[in-house]
Amino acid sequence: MILTRRTLLLGATATLAGCDRLGRNETVRDALFSAENFHRWAQRSLMARDALAQEFRPDQISPIFRANGTANPNTPAYKALWRGNFADWRLPVTGLVTRPLSLSLAQLQAMPPRTQITRHDCVEGWSAIGKWRGVPLKPILEAAGLHDNARYLVFRCADDMGGGRPYYESIDRFDAFHPQTILAYALNDRPLTVANGAPLRLRVERQLGYKQAKYLMGIEAVATLDGIGKGKGGYWEDHAGYDWYAGI
Amino acid sequence: MTPKATGTVRRHRLSTRLWHWLNAALLYILFTSGLGIFNAHPRLYWGQYGANFDAAWLELDRFPGWLTLPALYSLAMSRHWHLAAAPLFAFALLFYMLWSLANRHIVCDLAFRRADLAPRHIWQDIKDHARLRFPTGAAALHYNVLQKASYIGVIFLLLPLLILTGLTMAPGMNAAWPWLVDLFGGRQSARSLHFIAAFALVAFFLVHILMVLLAGPVNEVRSMITGRYRVPEERP
Repeated sequence: MILTRRTLLLGATATLAGCDRLGRNETVRDALFSAENFHRWAQRSLMARDALAQEFRPDQISPIFRANGTANPNTPAYKALWRGNFADWRLPVTGLVTRPLSLSLAQLQAMPPRTQITRHDCVEGWSAIGKWRGVPLKPILEAAGLHDNARYLVFRCADDMGGGRPYYESIDRFDAFHPQTILAYALNDRPLTVANGAPLRLRVERQLGYKQAKYLMGIEAVATLDGIGKGKGGYWEDHAGYDWYAGI
Repeated sequence: MTPKATGTVRRHRLSTRLWHWLNAALLYILFTSGLGIFNAHPRLYWGQYGANFDAAWLELDRFPGWLTLPALYSLAMSRHWHLAAAPLFAFALLFYMLWSLANRHIVCDLAFRRADLAPRHIWQDIKDHARLRFPTGAAALHYNVLQKASYIGVIFLLLPLLILTGLTMAPGMNAAWPWLVDLFGGRQSARSLHFIAAFALVAFFLVHILMVLLAGPVNEVRSMITGRYRVPEERP
């Protein structure tokens, strides 16, 4: 039995090492990474375009909403904006649009808001429920006159992830025009704190936490993700190999 | 009614053999990559939400690298392995269920018969297992009641539970099929059940391997590869 157990253990370790090696093979990697396309296709085939993420009752809100990722961008430019209570902050909406916009926080807060109590699911596995208030992205894109060939919206952020590379994320039209996709300026009835992405963050409720870009500094409509960062559509997609489609 | 009970017989159908080995590979990948994903947040909760400030019912250290895929912690690669293997595993189970309905494997071999369920018979089977008295002759050509119960439990309860709780953790699936979250009482409950079910499956696997080793590993493994099985001689 000792021999058998040792053989089994050795076998298991060798198999795992084999899988590890396979995981570094280009063809195998491509196959593994392509599962994302299947999941995106399958999920979107199963859901109505406007199918809502679950919304919760006020008594279901997490006592403390865990802040994750950057807790404070801490750059001189961001600190200057923060000291001024974000009065000088503007959100440019540029790229493939007919009427580029530059929106102040006051302008955004004057638009018809949407409030939603939703669950934030981190890729790591934890979840927190919070009450978000913000402006739906759809009317903003309509006001800017989004071109038909604009397939993606890229969100530029204030937080420097190291080496002068700010955070960025992107979504496609399917999620951009979804009723729960909002630019949130309040969490749990209070203005967004710095830890949670002040002054404005994206909420894409049918996807994981790393898509919920914080510290928004600009929105750019593009036809392709080529040329944005390393071309995968987001900071973690480019630097850690996360899936662009984070519905799973 | 009983086929010849001596010599070598065809024991396992092609569908069973294919599914068995595909599962061996996929469940191995799913379990080890699953532990890698778990290591990103090794705490489990009940209910809709759960993060560091909330009460966990289980908090573990990270699983060691020799148990995880990849060995060096990478949440992204663990997810790629897991999410690539998961749909193959789920559809394989679905096809196996349909195929086994069509070729009458479920009805003929897996379903309990009236005689199986007699308390005396069940008790006898438990005693035989405890004494490691494995069936011989004609009795070795069909599943005994404990075997049936564990196979039925795994195929129709445990594996579907793993697949459905896995799907429940996907925020996209929550929008597509909101009833899934309700079924398990929340995303964090589903994550906990997914973890428990995975270890229940490991327990099944360990007993399964033990039984194969005790019953004659060469004959058992050969029967699962070629389908051919040498019938153990009847005890005098």
